[in-house]
Formats: sequence, structure tokens, C-alpha cells
Amino acid sequence: MYRYDEFDRKFLAERVAQYRDQVRRRLAGQLSEDEFRSLRLMNGLYLQLHAYMLRISIPYGTLSSAQLRGLAEVARRWDKGYGHFTTRQNIQFNWIKLEETPDILAHLAAVQLHGIQTSGNSFRNITTDPFAGVAGDEIEDPRPYCEIVRQWAALHPEFSFLPRKFKIAINAADADRAAVKIHDLGLYLRRSDRGEIGFAVTVGGGLGRTPILAQTVRDFVPRRELLAYISACLRVYNQYGRRDNLFKSRIKILVQALGIEKMRQEVEDEYAAMGDEREALALPDEAVAAMQAQFAPPAYADAAGDDAELAQAAASEPDFARWIERNTRPHKQAGHASVVISLKPVGRPTGDCSASQMRTVADLADELSFGEVRVTHDQNLVLPHVRKSALYDLWLRLGAGDLATPNIGLASDIIACPGLDYCGLATARSIPVAQALAVHLAGREAAIGPLQIKISGCINACGHHHVGHIGILGLEKNGAESYQITVGGSDGEQAALGGIIGPAVAAHEITATVDRLIDAYLRLRRDGEQFPDTYRRVGLAPFKEALYVAR
Amino acid sequence: MLLDRDGAFRADSWRHLADDEADDDGESVTISLRRWQAERERWQDRSTPLGLRLPNDVPPAAIGAAVDRFALIVLNFPRFVDGRAYSQARLLRGRLGFRGELRAAGNVLRDQLLFMARCGFDSFAVDAARARAEDWPRAFREFDLFYQPANDRRLPILSQRLRAWQGAAE
Ligand code: SF4
Repeated sequence: MYRYDEFDRKFLAERVAQYRDQVRRRLAGQLSEDEFRSLRLMNGLYLQLHAYMLRISIPYGTLSSAQLRGLAEVARRWDKGYGHFTTRQNIQFNWIKLEETPDILAHLAAVQLHGIQTSGNSFRNITTDPFAGVAGDEIEDPRPYCEIVRQWAALHPEFSFLPRKFKIAINAADADRAAVKIHDLGLYLRRSDRGEIGFAVTVGGGLGRTPILAQTVRDFVPRRELLAYISACLRVYNQYGRRDNLFKSRIKILVQALGIEKMRQEVEDEYAAMGDEREALALPDEAVAAMQAQFAPPAYADAAGDDAELAQAAASEPDFARWIERNTRPHKQAGHASVVISLKPVGRPTGDCSASQMRTVADLADELSFGEVRVTHDQNLVLPHVRKSALYDLWLRLGAGDLATPNIGLASDIIACPGLDYCGLATARSIPVAQALAVHLAGREAAIGPLQIKISGCINACGHHHVGHIGILGLEKNGAESYQITVGGSDGEQAALGGIIGPAVAAHEITATVDRLIDAYLRLRRDGEQFPDTYRRVGLAPFKEALYVAR
Repeated sequence: MLLDRDGAFRADSWRHLADDEADDDGESVTISLRRWQAERERWQDRSTPLGLRLPNDVPPAAIGAAVDRFALIVLNFPRFVDGRAYSQARLLRGRLGFRGELRAAGNVLRDQLLFMARCGFDSFAVDAARARAEDWPRAFREFDLFYQPANDRRLPILSQRLRAWQGAAE
């Protein structure tokens, strides 16, 4: 894991002091709310329906146990005892007082966490594969590059007032576990024929009102030139992105307006003209090597014999076996596994985690996973390196903390944004919809197999509904909540936007509608097909039909 | 009133001419880009200092080599959240090699001053009463470590680290 050096510590201390002074000036009436708004947003502070919400950055979803304890302390001391993990691998606290935020950020700075650029029209948290560094299908660990980009993007003097927010994702494996194609800028780590490491760069992905998948702007940028090339993309966007209409200001709209050819030309022209600046931004090999050293694998035990032991434990305890099957993932290292901790106990708000649960996970991470925790973009946690012989004990202890629901990747592992229960922009509730669906589907989710249901409480699509196998978008019609349903979306390598199945339905019709769509899928699917595969093969019509015939 | 990047306040000695306003001999004036383009011959050989006001939707490349003709270029922030002039400043400095005074005007506020200074701005058109009351000059000193190379000749953190490592290796 990355640990701050004296530079990082000093920088963050300066940032906290600056923010403390900004809050002081706001409370003293020197700053208008309009002026302060963008300053607090750049520190992750939103004004929500009932209180301030503070969003803390979890860089590329990686946390140390000490950091998780720091977050638990924020939940306990300054909030109502819990936090909410988001689809950007961040955490947010929903019941915060403005006057207390400088102290909260000072407290978090001590564990090397911050709220910098978790909102505002600048770079947001850089996201990646939650199994980075442990997945077998990885070309190289993406985290050193995430950290390099994170540092470069922090309080960038030129790009802190972009037309709109800017999200970057990096994926380094064959499988895309970072939903790269729905990002403003995406980086696929590649090894060239000559063995050189670099990145394919995509631009213009995003959801919201106008969902668009990203397109490739350059097939291979050598890693040395990574920051220079990203700068060229950002400079084009900063100059030409629209600023007259909030809904047309993301880079995807610029790419759509110019066309990818012209966009590529603009970026390449800028890049070619950069000259000296390119040299100043070059990443020397030794800088990359030093960063990679920070992410060196931990000292794994020789655990080759653990598999037999695990098989035995699983054979005698079906519930444990089910959890192993659903909630663990293969690990590079023999005798180890990555464990996904479900934050979706059936019927409870998705992604919420109490202070005591955070402490439990931190303790378990110290004991069993080299003090490391990950946050996934589907709002669960991961203990990345657990010896297989420790899994049974881990399962029992997670179970005691209500953290062992065996539903990862299944119907009740729903992504849902906070919606109308918290969010000032929401047009409908999403948490109760997720709860009702989870309760309804939990009984048959094992038979259904992998299924991603994603729910957003408004067109901003924080719940990524467009790329859910089944997507649900909460709208408001004549004062009543209604829900538009899409099918067949996917955020993986074969990313696709879901198709709308028909007019929006009322809240009480959702479970029945989803049931019929799942029934249709089960009827139509061929061996080994997941929902998006079936959808790709048969199209929208059979799903529509299933709804109308049933009515 | 102007605030300089070193934190000093001074009066603005330039007159900013409207497009239909005449200039007096011997005074320093700025003109709009439109006026420069329309009356280039007239302004080209003016012997007293000439400044240019560049709107934030015009790429600096549009001025080209004529950049050397100006002693002052004023960039505009119509609203502080409109960040186009940051890129313009960096291009004027880094790409076109502009060495005159680069000034930020418009909705210039304390908490953006350091970003602006890093992008190459020298002076800032501010509300002096407010800037004094709120100690705006301190904004330039709120940070002394930066992660990015920019146009202020500060050594970014990565370069400082590389230096330290090389020192350690020797
Ligand atoms: S999708 Fe809408 S309702 Fe949900 S969190 Fe985002 S802005 Fe709020």
C-alpha cells in the first residue's frame, strides 16, 4: 500500500489549514455561499436534504486497517454511527455539521485520508479493479499508476475548474473490473509487442442524462508519457468543453459533438505541441519503480497445503461452502483467496457500514489480510489476501457482525444510490426499492445466478442503472414516484447500455415487473449465458413481450 | 486596484480602452482582441506600451508571434468557476513564450489566486478593500508543496523526491 512521505504529509496539512480558514471565513460572513460552495465541494462537503454530507476519498478503493478505524471514528464521533460506501469507491457521511468539518479532516489527515476533489468540477477519485495486485489475469499492478495520477491530479492549478467533473478509471487485467467505458477518461494497461508497458486511452464515457460508452483516442501511450498525454486530453476539454449548459458539459458531449476523429486530432495536435512540458511531465523509470516498491506484495505464508483443509471444512458445512463459492475470489498466491464482504445484508440499506462493523473489518484485516482492505465499486468490501486455512474462522467472525451474507454478484447484491432519503437532487427513493427487491429475490437468487440490479434515484445515474443487467431509474411524474426499467446493460469488457422496456412503472409494480423479466431471462438463456449475453442474442422484444403478455 | 503575485498592492497604471475610445499619446493602454485584429496597422507601431485583452474563448495561438508586441495581456474570468483562462495562461507562457505581464481580471477571488499564480499570472485585478480585509496576499503562501510542474518554476514534489533519491544513491 502507498504510505505518505513527508511531502505528502506536509501537503495535506497545508490543505487542512487552508480549508479551516475557508470555513472560518464563511462563518464570519466573508465568503458568500456561492463562493464557498465550490470550495467546500472541492473538499467533499455537500449540502443534502437534511444535513451536510462529507465524502471522503478512498484512493482507488484501497484502505489500511488504520484508515478504516479512522473512518469508524468519524462515524462514531461526528455522524450517527455509520457511513455509506459509494460506487466511486468512496465513503460518505450523511449527518455532518459544517463547523466540525475542519476537525474531521484533520482527524482523517492523521491516517492519510482526505476529501480533496471528491466533488466539484475537477478530477474525482481514480478508480480501479478491487482485486488489483492479487488477480491472476493482471498484466501488471495498476495501483502504482493510480497513485501517480492521483498525486498529479491533486489541486491541479490548470484543471481545478473544468466544465464539469472528471472521472478516471484504470484497468490492468483481461477482465474489465473497473467499468472503464463509463468514465470520462479510461486507461487500459497494455504490454506492447516489444514488452513495453503503456496504456490504451479512452475518452467520453459517462452515464447521466446522456449515457455514452467511451471510445479509444489512442491505442498505446508509453507509461513514460502517461501524464503528458492525459494533460493534452484535459487541455482540449478545458478549452472546448461546453460551459453554457450543465447537462452538456461533460467530455462525452464534446466527443459526441466533434466526433472521435476530430477529438483525436485535437488531442494529438495539442500533445505534439507540448514540447518542454512533455519533458517536465515525463515519468522516469525510477519514479515508477519507486512507486511500484510501495505496492510490493506482502510476505505471504507458504500455504500450498491449505486447499485440502478448506475443501474438508466446506464439505461438512453447506452454508460455509455457499459463502466460499459466492464471496471469495482466486488469488495469485497459492493457498490464498480474496474475500468479498457483503455490505448488502438482505433488506438493509446497500453499502451502509456501522462504526463497529468498520472496526471489526479493520481487526480482521490486521489479523488475516496484512492490514489491507478494498472498497469495490459495487459497494462491498474486500479482504484481499486471506490464507485459505483462515477462511472458516473468518466466516464465523464476519457472520457475528452481520457481514457474511453470501450474495456477491447475485440478485440481492444491488447497487443503489442514496436517492430521495438523503440526496438533494433525487426525484425518487432508491434505498427502499433495493430493500424490497432484495427481500423478494433472495429466496431464488441462487437459482438465477449472477445478476446485477442497479438503481438510481434520478437521471444523474450514480447507481449506474444504465449498465445494470436490470436497471431501475427513479423519476417523478405528477408528484408520484415512478420507475423506468432497462434490461441488458453491462459494465464489463463488453460494456453495453440497457434497453428501455416500456413506460415507467409505479413503485408497487417494481417487484412484479422484475420478476417477469427474470422469468423471461431464465426461459431464454442458454448454458452459461448471463443476462447481458442473452439480451445481446435475443434483443429487447422477448422481454417486452413477457411484460405485456403477462398484463 | 491590483494585487501582485508577491503580495503587494498597487494602482493600475493602464487605461483599458473601449473599442470606440481614443488613446492619448504616451499613455499605456489595453485594447480588445477585436480592435487589435481590425486595426492592427494602427496599433502595431505604437511606441508606448500596448496591452491586449483576450476573451477566454479564443485560443492564444490566434495571436501567434504578435504576442511579443504586448507588454500586458489581460485574461478574463467571467465567473470564477469558468477555468478556461488557466489553460490560456499556461499556453501563453509555455508555448508562445510571452514574457510580459499576465493579468487576471473578472471574478478574481482569493481562493483561486494560487492556482492562477502557478499558471503564470503576475497580477490580479481585485477589490482592494475586500482583499486587504481578508488578507488575500496570504493566499499565495498557503502551500509550498505542489504535485505538478506548472509555470512558476517551483520544483514539483516528484522532482524533489527524485533529487533526494539520487542524493541518497550517491
Ligand atoms: S443518482 Fe440522483 S438521487 Fe441518486 S445519488 Fe445521484 S444525484 Fe442523488
